[in-house]
Amino acid sequence: MAETKYAIRVHDLTVAYDYKPVLWDVHLEVPEGVLMAIVGPNGAGKSTLIKAMLGIKKSIAGTVEIFGQPYKKMRKEVAYVPQKGTVDWDFPTTVIDVVLMGTYGNLGWIKRPGKNERKAALEALEKVGMLPFKNRQISQLSGGQQQRVFLARALVQDASIYIMDEPFQGVDATTEVAIINILKELRKQNKTVVVVHHDLQTVPEYFDWVTFLNVKKIDTGPVKEAFNDENLAKTYGINYKVTVNQ
Amino acid sequence: MTLPQIEIQLIAALVAITCAIPGVFLVLRKMSLISDAISHSILLGIVLGFFITQDLSSPLLIAMAAIAGVITVILVEAIQNTKLVKEDTAIGLVFPAMFSIGIILISQNANDVHLDVDAVLLGELAFAPFNRWYIGDMDMGPKALWVVGSILVVLVTLLILFFKELKISTFDPGLSAALGISPILMHYGLMTVSSVTIVGAFDAVGAILVVALMIVPAAGAYLLTTNLKKMLLLAIFFGLFSAISGYWAANLLNASISGSMATVLGIVFLLIYLFAPSKGLIANVYRDKRQKNEVMLLTFLLHLHQHSDKEERSVQHLNYHFSWSQKQAKKILKLAVDNGLIYVENPYVNLTEKGEKFNVEAINYILSNQTEKVERMKQDFLLFRG
Repeated sequence: MAETKYAIRVHDLTVAYDYKPVLWDVHLEVPEGVLMAIVGPNGAGKSTLIKAMLGIKKSIAGTVEIFGQPYKKMRKEVAYVPQKGTVDWDFPTTVIDVVLMGTYGNLGWIKRPGKNERKAALEALEKVGMLPFKNRQISQLSGGQQQRVFLARALVQDASIYIMDEPFQGVDATTEVAIINILKELRKQNKTVVVVHHDLQTVPEYFDWVTFLNVKKIDTGPVKEAFNDENLAKTYGINYKVTVNQ
Repeated sequence: MTLPQIEIQLIAALVAITCAIPGVFLVLRKMSLISDAISHSILLGIVLGFFITQDLSSPLLIAMAAIAGVITVILVEAIQNTKLVKEDTAIGLVFPAMFSIGIILISQNANDVHLDVDAVLLGELAFAPFNRWYIGDMDMGPKALWVVGSILVVLVTLLILFFKELKISTFDPGLSAALGISPILMHYGLMTVSSVTIVGAFDAVGAILVVALMIVPAAGAYLLTTNLKKMLLLAIFFGLFSAISGYWAANLLNASISGSMATVLGIVFLLIYLFAPSKGLIANVYRDKRQKNEVMLLTFLLHLHQHSDKEERSVQHLNYHFSWSQKQAKKILKLAVDNGLIYVENPYVNLTEKGEKFNVEAINYILSNQTEKVERMKQDFLLFRG
């Protein structure tokens, strides 16, 4: 078969909080090996979309396929980086321990991380430049360092797809560059990276694929084609309020 | 020591250890109050279990009580999910209802039920050695010892087996769910285990103090360590310590054993709260003060850096510019001199080379947040420790 291989296929997905649809009939195909930004205004359902992809948020209708299979069968192919604000950074644990959590999925229940996992965790910390901090208590990290630790935790899973929720939120400029370089590195290895992103200005520089989302999918495609004024207006423009209040 | 004395201490110690373990996870999950709810609601389970078996020491009572505990949690969440009331209100609605039904059932059948309200609220550790377990003619020791001991064994086994799952589902439920370690399953698992623990401890220390035994050791341990395993061990140690010293305090004062245990725990916590090395109250006040001084120092150095004119660096001008009190000014000046950041040529203040370098690095850090470069400065200055 010569057709494009899709890493993620979202088919007619509808998700609602209470009775209000947050995502409505979203149809989305993410080709393998792209570095994709999901953009859209606040409340557009960006985080909800990736949570639905990961089976964390239940959908009312529609399906999500990872390499043609349901997510439950493909867990090991997907690494997830939640927003760093969703966890309690005062939790009594260290940097290396948080990174090791990335190996828990492959280990399965009961089995503990051993030498190999530790080695992988140290390598991941090295990649994000956090090796000197491996034994540091996580509450003593800056925002940028926290995000690097989260990225290392995803890298340690050695997955095919990386899904990240606002990795550039509240990080310093150096960290932002470091993270995007790692993501570009992942794309070179033909990994698929999906990033919920806020800063429209950096989209052309950082990404090669983009999805505009505002409850419904507005458009998706290569940045060179899809990142245009028309889509921006449709997503963020005056129609925005009308769409959301429906 | 007499045999009953040893037995009482043994039971108290096992109860305290058993409570401390789930307590650590309840505290970390910000669910301390749910233990209070469970400890009251299980009464209904115990009473209903007793009506079925007519035997106070039947294992069915433990099962029924655990079910009552889990139902409490489910009800609280169901009420909360209607979004008509908040979580704390939902807790406040559920457990008094279940507890009062339990109380009514006891008082209605007071004549034939060997359960009285006092014992339910405060426990009766002192009588535990009299309720013994016999196999044939052989005395196996107090029943409570066996009940709590078995619960502890199960608890420790579960903790060792599922330590990693407990950790990740507590720290990051989102990732936990994505990795296939269901946080919901872990949540109800923990709730079931907590309910069983509370049932086991209930007999010995009653519905009110069991909460103290679960929450206080964990809360104290939390202030002393940044490592989950150490937090568990410390919580267990505090529980153990309070059990033994509480028993002897009760002996000395001729007071309730469970009350004394909780009091000892309270005192231990108060001491930790005040004197914990980095998270304690005094350390916090000290740190705030030091940090304030360091900010003032930095402001002072920045001024010297930006105004290199001699006039601007005269003591008189500096006094006017900063309008600090004499005491404050002296302190900051001393801090700067002691760290080799300035030298004074009366009446002018000059930055040393180290002072200049410090300034550049500090500004750089504050503007760019490039933390690697200030690692060295963190040793001397709290300001850079985040």
